[in-house]
Parts: sequence; structure tokens; C-alpha cells
Amino acid sequence: MRLNCPLVVKVLEHFIRDELRKSGFEKIVVGLSGGIDSAVSCFLAARSLGASNVYAVMMPYQTSSQESLSDANAVVETLQVNNEMIEITPIVDGYFGSRAKSKHLRRGNVMARARMIVLFDKSMQYEALVLGTSNKTELLLGYGTLYGDMASAINPIGDLYKTDVFTLARYLKVPKSILDKKPTADLWEGQSDEDELGFTYAAVDKLLHELIDQRFSHQALLQRGFNKDFVNKVLNKIRNSQFKRRGPVICKVSPRSVNHDFHYLRDWGM
Amino acid sequence: MHLSVGLAQISPRLGLFPENFQLHLERIHQARDAGADLVIFPELSLTGYILQDLVSDLAINPADSIHLQPLLDECREIDCIFGFVEESDDFKYYNSAAYVSKGRIQHIHRKLYLPTYGMFDEMRFFAMGEKLRTVKTVFGPLGLLICEDLWHPSTLFLHAQDGAGIVVTISSSPGRGIRGDKSFQTSQGWESLLKTMSQFYTVYNIYVNRAGTEDGAYFPGGSMVVDPNGEIVSQSTSSGDDLIFAELDSAEIRRARLQTPVLRDERLELTLRELTRIISQRSNFDKND
Repeated sequence: MRLNCPLVVKVLEHFIRDELRKSGFEKIVVGLSGGIDSAVSCFLAARSLGASNVYAVMMPYQTSSQESLSDANAVVETLQVNNEMIEITPIVDGYFGSRAKSKHLRRGNVMARARMIVLFDKSMQYEALVLGTSNKTELLLGYGTLYGDMASAINPIGDLYKTDVFTLARYLKVPKSILDKKPTADLWEGQSDEDELGFTYAAVDKLLHELIDQRFSHQALLQRGFNKDFVNKVLNKIRNSQFKRRGPVICKVSPRSVNHDFHYLRDWGM
Repeated sequence: MHLSVGLAQISPRLGLFPENFQLHLERIHQARDAGADLVIFPELSLTGYILQDLVSDLAINPADSIHLQPLLDECREIDCIFGFVEESDDFKYYNSAAYVSKGRIQHIHRKLYLPTYGMFDEMRFFAMGEKLRTVKTVFGPLGLLICEDLWHPSTLFLHAQDGAGIVVTISSSPGRGIRGDKSFQTSQGWESLLKTMSQFYTVYNIYVNRAGTEDGAYFPGGSMVVDPNGEIVSQSTSSGDDLIFAELDSAEIRRARLQTPVLRDERLELTLRELTRIISQRSNFDKND
């Protein structure tokens, strides 16, 4: 499973430049959370476009950890990209108002979508495209907010597993504090990806690589030593999150519908 | 026979015919100025690859298209192979490659094997070619193939048996597989395939793949020429736009066939007999059904 880092970096940098140029843009905007995914995305963008064409936006909520912010700043300092901080507290609290007792998950989703609002507005302000930071593991498991952190124009790391992102981060020399900390969406205090998921990224990436990339059957996976309940749990998460990876369902009544049989690439005419 | 060939590893823009057409004219000029006898473009070089519903919009019927004339006019002193969407008289669409010489299309190869799995969906939009023929050139009989065609060794087998000393495969093959060393697993696969096939059939293999991206599909180039001994004589070191050249000599084909006369020793009637038997067995229902 050893990732070919020089090749991946070359390809992803070319991808960012090429898709941007085709769309008629020169700059990107990226939400920098202090986490490893946005750090790697930001590094790739800065290397392929130059720091002056990258706009990093830090968007803490009042409960976001101080560590996240200092880690995001470390990325900014290293890369010397354009940067700004916009607190999303007024947007989120403005919506919830005095309804203080809303569930973690509701608030967390509103936070993610508030960040999306900011990024897409910044995209218009700077005439830049929003760079996505969702990795393949979270996309497959559905561990992301629909129209929140999942929303972007181009996503260079969307075909890399979480563990691949870590490998790439080490190769790109992302700040050590980011490499060493436990992954978290930081949507509420003490949140940890692996605690929430109920398994480690190392374990699930190994399974996903064999299940998805190498197409081993369910039976074969059990024979290869994966725990039955673990496999079922992961399979359920993948299936139950397919709706997040597709556009809205449209009822087909005409001979040619936009969802079913209107086949054009996003790059049409680019 | 001596052939100087230019491999035009370009990055076609999806659906933008005029821009791609212009790029072809430029590369043909460059190759001609460099003294090449033949210049080769990738699969669907005039249109881009992941066309989907664009296929019918971009199709050309060579019999009645004046659009190609400026390109044909550039090919009086240099031969050319390019990729395009062909529309037949009865409105079927083919993933085709044209061989141009002396200002005229001398031959068209319609892709035989249309990948329709994983990320590929060609059979939805294209009809399968029904013939495999070599084209007569001043360099001898030349075999034309498109991408997936080469992954069916039978095609190269037929071209070689039909007298081709040179086989050209044009492709739009996206890179896949980033674990391990060197290049994409698919790039390594192509290189391995071309080297092996060249040895098996003692022919020159010319391979032209495209560069660029389409909706995140990344085309890594890797165009190359392999000699009849399986040695790479010219290879693009760029995964982007490139124009590389190679010299081919029939003396090399002669030498390879003296050392390894597998072509001479091939037993076509045996192969045909056994194939006939296998086909017949497949189409007979099991007596126990």
C-alpha cells in the first residue's frame, strides 16, 4: 500500500492548475481548519499556483480549539499564502438564537454549512474556485456534511484515503503539530473522528482499499482476517451514505432527464 | 524501409473542435519541419475523450465533410494519423483513426474493443468496428489500433499475420494506480504490454497517448516507440504536451525475425480449427439443461 508520493504530488498539482485554467480561473480559496486534510490541500495549491494565488480562510466557532487555530496559522506562516480569519459564531448563533439547547449534530452541521457560505462568497469576492478538502475515507463512509464541508469546486485529495493524506503530509513537510494530533472535526469539545467512527483510520483504510480498490468480495474479506462485525459496520456506512455522493433524486417522466440521460462532463466546453 | 516518425502527445480540449483542429495543424507543421515522414496523434485527438452525449454533435462523415480539408491539405508531404468521431452513412458513430497520405484519407480503423466497465462507457455511445485491416504505406503494411484494441492480443496477432511490420496504437488512457514505484500502474502496464507484444510478433510498436485532464481523469502521456526486439527506442519523459521523434528501420525487423522466427512458425490453421471448435462448443446448449 506504499503511496508513490512524488507521482501523486505531480499529478495533483497538474490537476489543480489544469482544472482551474480550463474554468478560466487563476486562484483558489480554501478553508483552513488546522486539520491535516485542509493543510495538505493548501500545500498542494500553494505549490501548484504560487502563494499569492491561494486564499486561506480560517473560520472558528466559539468552541473551536485554540490548537486548531494555531495549527492553521502554522500552515499560513510556512506557505505565506493570503489569509484571513472570519468567526462563524454570529452566523450560527444568529440562526439558533435563544434556542441554546440544540443537539451537537445540528449545530455541527450548521457550522459546516456556515463555512460553506463564507467560502463560496469569498470565491466570488476573489474570483477564485473553492478547493475541496474531503478525503476518500470520509467520502465513502459519509463522514462529512452534505453541502457543508463536502461542497467545493475541485477536490484534489478526494481519491486519497486518510492514511494516504498523512503519508503525503509527511512528504510535503506539513507542520509537525498537525501530523501528530488526533484527527477531529472540532465541531464540539473533545470530538475525535476515530471515537465517533468506532474504529481507527488505519484499520478502515486497509479494509476500504481491499473492498473498494481491489474489489475483494465480502466472503474473501472475512477469509483475509477482517472482523465480521467491523466489515458489516463499514458496509452499512458506505451504503447508507450513498445519498451524500449523488445529486438530489429527480422523478423521471420525460424521455430525457437531467439526472438520468443528459450525459455531459462538468468540463464540457472547457 | 526507413521511417522518421513524430509522436504528437497533445492535450485535446473536450468538445472544442476548432481549437483542437488548430493544434493539429501546428503539430503537423512542426513535425514536417523536423523532417518526419509520419506524425501521429492520440485517440479522439480532434474531440477529446469522455464525450458522452457530445459524440453525435462532433461526428464527421469523411465522405462529405469539408471541415477536414485544411488538415488533409497539410498532409501532402507528410503522412498523418489522427483520432476522430466518425459518423457512418447510416448514422452509427465510431471511435475512429484515420490514416492520411498525399492529401487524402487512405484508410480508417474503427475501434473494435470498446471498454464499458469502471469509468469507461464507450459502448453506450459508439458502435464496434467490424474489420481489421492493415493500410498500405510507403513504409510497408501498417497496422492501426486504438487503445483497448491492444489489450486483446488477437488484434496485433492478426496485423502481424497480415504483414504489418509496424503497428500504431493511439490512445486516451487515463492514469490509475499510485502504489509502488515509478509511474502509474497503468503506465507500467502499457510499457510492459508494448515491450512484450513487440517481441511476440517481431514488429515495431508505436504508442501515442494523450495528456491533460477531463473531469479529474488524468492522462499521463507516456508515448513511446518499441523496436521488434522489445527495446524502447524513444519515449516521452513528459506527462504533458510533447512531440517526440524516432527512426524506424526495416533492417531491425529483419534482424529480430532472424533471431526469433515465431511469426514464420505460427500455425494459423491449427488456431483456426481450435477456435472454431471453442466457438461451436460455447454456442451448443448443455445436453443436461
